[in-house]
Amino acid sequence: MAKQTPLYATHVRLGGKLVDFAGWDMPLHYGSQVEEHHQVRRDAGMFDVSHMLAIDLEGEGSRDLLHKLIANNVDKLTLPGRALYSCMLNPKGGVIDDLIVYFFRPDFYRVVVNAGTADKDLAWIAQHAGGALAGPPQESAANDKGRAQPANGHHPLPREGGRGEGRPVTVKPRRDLAMIAVQGPNARAKTWAALPGAEATSSGLKPFHAAWFGEALIARTGYTGEDGFELMIPAERAEATWDALLASSVKPAGLGARDTLRLEAGMALYGQDMDEQTSPLEAGLAWTVDLAAPRDFIGKSVLAGRRPDKQTLGLLLEDRGVLRAHQKVFCAQGEGEITSGTFSPSMSRSIALARLPAGVAVGDTVDVEIRDKRLKATVVKPPFVRNGKVLV
Amino acid sequence: MNIPTDLKYAKSHEWARLADDGLVTVGISDHAQEALGDIVFLELPQVGRKVKAGEECAVVESVKAASDIYAPVAGEVVAVNQAAADAPESVNQDAYAAWLFKLKPDNAADLDGLLDAAAYAKVAAEG
Repeated sequence: MAKQTPLYATHVRLGGKLVDFAGWDMPLHYGSQVEEHHQVRRDAGMFDVSHMLAIDLEGEGSRDLLHKLIANNVDKLTLPGRALYSCMLNPKGGVIDDLIVYFFRPDFYRVVVNAGTADKDLAWIAQHAGGALAGPPQESAANDKGRAQPANGHHPLPREGGRGEGRPVTVKPRRDLAMIAVQGPNARAKTWAALPGAEATSSGLKPFHAAWFGEALIARTGYTGEDGFELMIPAERAEATWDALLASSVKPAGLGARDTLRLEAGMALYGQDMDEQTSPLEAGLAWTVDLAAPRDFIGKSVLAGRRPDKQTLGLLLEDRGVLRAHQKVFCAQGEGEITSGTFSPSMSRSIALARLPAGVAVGDTVDVEIRDKRLKATVVKPPFVRNGKVLV
Repeated sequence: MNIPTDLKYAKSHEWARLADDGLVTVGISDHAQEALGDIVFLELPQVGRKVKAGEECAVVESVKAASDIYAPVAGEVVAVNQAAADAPESVNQDAYAAWLFKLKPDNAADLDGLLDAAAYAKVAAEG
């Protein structure tokens, strides 16, 4: 039985085509994923992303824990509400997950992780926080009556000797929250129109900053390459918030549009563009890996000692057709593989992210094997589209 | 669900229409275009190609996936709809107007082995 977000009934009501995504019943689209894509690039759309999991880290050991667990450096976060994108690595330097961490105080951070990896991430974080998570795995925020379940309480984790930091961290999964991403050039203005009082707290936010709005968090983040907010709100207020956004003409958009938008924006998708066998340095995520600071983190020694022989770049299909994940790419330097491919609604042609041999350069022409044909593609540097503009 | 009663259907969601000139026009059903979502690319067969019944002979790609199209009856491809290939979204707009290819059937009576609208409605309802 697939899990349902607090907005499940809303998606049904709006005619969403629901599909299983990482064990959750999620809307693929509400009619046309291409129209939803354009709606976000040109105006404002909203996505239910409540399947993702927010995990609060509280306690004086929180910063030390993140120093160890993630490849980007939380010391970059000095202003309360500042957000940082990072990978969390295994000891071999492979990606356990990619996440956003929000800083509030040195003893209070929030990490938002992917749905499909949430249980694994939670166990990994708890293990390194110094103990196992108490209680059963987290259930959906909504039960079959559509009402929120109570949040799992804090999991005070015992002081653990021998790890160096040894200061307590509470790892608190927040399945009591719903998340709505409102994205597009008009997303912020329409959010303010929908939620009285939100403008005062969030109008001054720069990209990758967040502010509290009562119990809710308003973050100027997203996964589309457009301006906008991600709202984290108590589950019981999810439907009212969604309906208020609808009333201010923010249109619902599904996972289909979310995928084409993020791919145009050159953003990696966990499980497709990188996984536990992939180094972030090969996945186009070197900019998120802090090898310079003296701090150690899990996976660092492996990454620091290795020059990657692969790289991730973009492809633009020159012929007609559609690039798809796992198609082979033939380059002068050897073979590569597409990790994510689609038809770009903004560019009306096919684009992809591909893992290519080191030495392949932007501007090169490569061949992609599609069924029984080899088609020409040009190597480009992602992103393809940002803020409504085609960049390649 | 829009399933015209004057057409024949394959379980794999193609429709076929036998015209007075003896040629069979082939497309995908309204149910199929709905399930595929926004269609963005058509790969149509070469004119002159001989196909067996059930043979893969075209591909319809939507934003989310590629889907094989099968010849509903055996025959020779005698025409393809270049206008549909140039505007793949026309299949979403009217799946029965935006045909994909025409076959000269080896045996026109083979169409009798296809589903009628009522039988196809049951197939479509099952998914």
